[in-house]
Amino acid sequence: MSVAYRSDEMMTVAAARMLRNGAVCFVGIGLPSTAANLARLTHAPDAVLIYESGPIGAKPAVLPLSIGDGNLAETADTVVSTPEIFRYWLQGGRIDVGFLGAAQLDRFANINTTVVGSYKNPKVRLPGAGGAPEISSSAKEVLIIVKQTNRTFVEKLDFVTSVGFLTGGDSRELAGLPGKGPAAVITDLCILRPHPVSRELEVTSIHPGVNREFISKNTGWDVRFADSCGETAVPDSVELQTLRDLKERTAAAHGVEGDAA
Amino acid sequence: MAEWVTLAEAIAANVHDGATVALEGFTHLIPFAAGHEIIRQQRRNLSLIRMTPDLIYDQLIGAGCAAKLTFSWGGNPGVGSLHRFRDAVENGWPGPLEIEERSHSDLANAYVAGAANLPFAVLRGYTGSDLPRVNNKIRSVTCPFTGEVLAATPSVRPDVTVIHAQKADWKGNVLLWGILGVQKEAALAAKRTIVTVEERVRELDAPPNACILPSWVVTAVCEVPRGATPSYAHGYYDRDNVFYRAWDQISRDRDCFDAWIKENILETTDFAGYLQATAQ
Repeated sequence: MSVAYRSDEMMTVAAARMLRNGAVCFVGIGLPSTAANLARLTHAPDAVLIYESGPIGAKPAVLPLSIGDGNLAETADTVVSTPEIFRYWLQGGRIDVGFLGAAQLDRFANINTTVVGSYKNPKVRLPGAGGAPEISSSAKEVLIIVKQTNRTFVEKLDFVTSVGFLTGGDSRELAGLPGKGPAAVITDLCILRPHPVSRELEVTSIHPGVNREFISKNTGWDVRFADSCGETAVPDSVELQTLRDLKERTAAAHGVEGDAA
Repeated sequence: MAEWVTLAEAIAANVHDGATVALEGFTHLIPFAAGHEIIRQQRRNLSLIRMTPDLIYDQLIGAGCAAKLTFSWGGNPGVGSLHRFRDAVENGWPGPLEIEERSHSDLANAYVAGAANLPFAVLRGYTGSDLPRVNNKIRSVTCPFTGEVLAATPSVRPDVTVIHAQKADWKGNVLLWGILGVQKEAALAAKRTIVTVEERVRELDAPPNACILPSWVVTAVCEVPRGATPSYAHGYYDRDNVFYRAWDQISRDRDCFDAWIKENILETTDFAGYLQATAQ
């Protein structure tokens, strides 16, 4: 028996499923934080959540609104300084999964969070890099969660803030980046994974109720579908209830939803 | 030795027009009272440094205090854009703002290098990113032992760093805890350091590994209760998320922003006055 759910809930649940129990995860604020905490509250109770503000092993009962909320520090195994987070823990090679969002993304999962338009004379000035350039290069692998439209999934990025597979093929390995790069991009429509050789993102799983035409229409390049492309399992009642409870607790605590950023 | 003074005295004596200033605090302990006092004293042409500009620099930029901003993530956390920052970058209002954009990892490393009295920071970063194309201070250095090419960026050496902390004792030794961000490094990287604190106590009563800035590395210390609001002070008060959301509306429009700055900062005498004005 299936329960009614929204497409953003499907996205968060599908992203949460990607985080394996016990993984050490460097968590971005917003959608990645929602998905990582849902994973921790369902199938991955031993996932270690690290936030760039300093908490290691954070177990927040409600979603943080900012990257440095007090409940992250209160529930962490330890809190270290921000330089230590980036130097010893990320650059030190101790992060299994970097969990990121994006404003724009291209077919090789390179990310733009800097500007729309030209850098000198931007149409929209976005917040900028934050921790993402080094997370995307140093984490052993990367998961990206982002809503899919032809404005976010673009043929060519206005600015490459953080790298995925650069120009595809073996260009990432040749550049000498320590981590393996994006393992999956999870959207409100589907899951995309890099092709093993070309490294171009291809749709490997379509969320129920979404069709190929709609995905193509919402992708700014001629998106490919993997031969093995299947259908994403619908959120089960535990996943859905846990997510809704988490969001309800968050709204009650902050007066706002936790993944607004 | 740190001198106990009022915040107005500390800013007047240490933050001069054209100075390079870092007001740090990673979401937690953001020194808002000090930022307001800089606006109140109408400092100009400041070169501002901060990893996350947050509302505090949105206010300083919109109020016309800044000529340059060095930063790594400029958003309103959990809400969206910083409208005054965007208006300055996109439209040059209220004046042109030069930006030096870096990553969190870079700036964190650059504060460490500054505190260590080194000229530059070394990190494994920026490979494949367009940031080095738009910031010619992001360069590279080859490791003399392994031949690995690493990113090299200038250390951060502010004329003045301002931070907020929970406590200081009567001698001016400062104690902070919770999310520490880069405050210790920023304080030690600067020529002069101003610290505002929640309270002045007889004894810090802290365990041996606590984060303490000894009095002799602090220039001025000021007692400013609630001085980090609308951010938070762990153990004292929570983040004012309602204000962070309200700022989106206040800051969206230039006239509305100007009126808010005038009424709540320029026309109040100090932070206590600001708290009273905004409590209504």
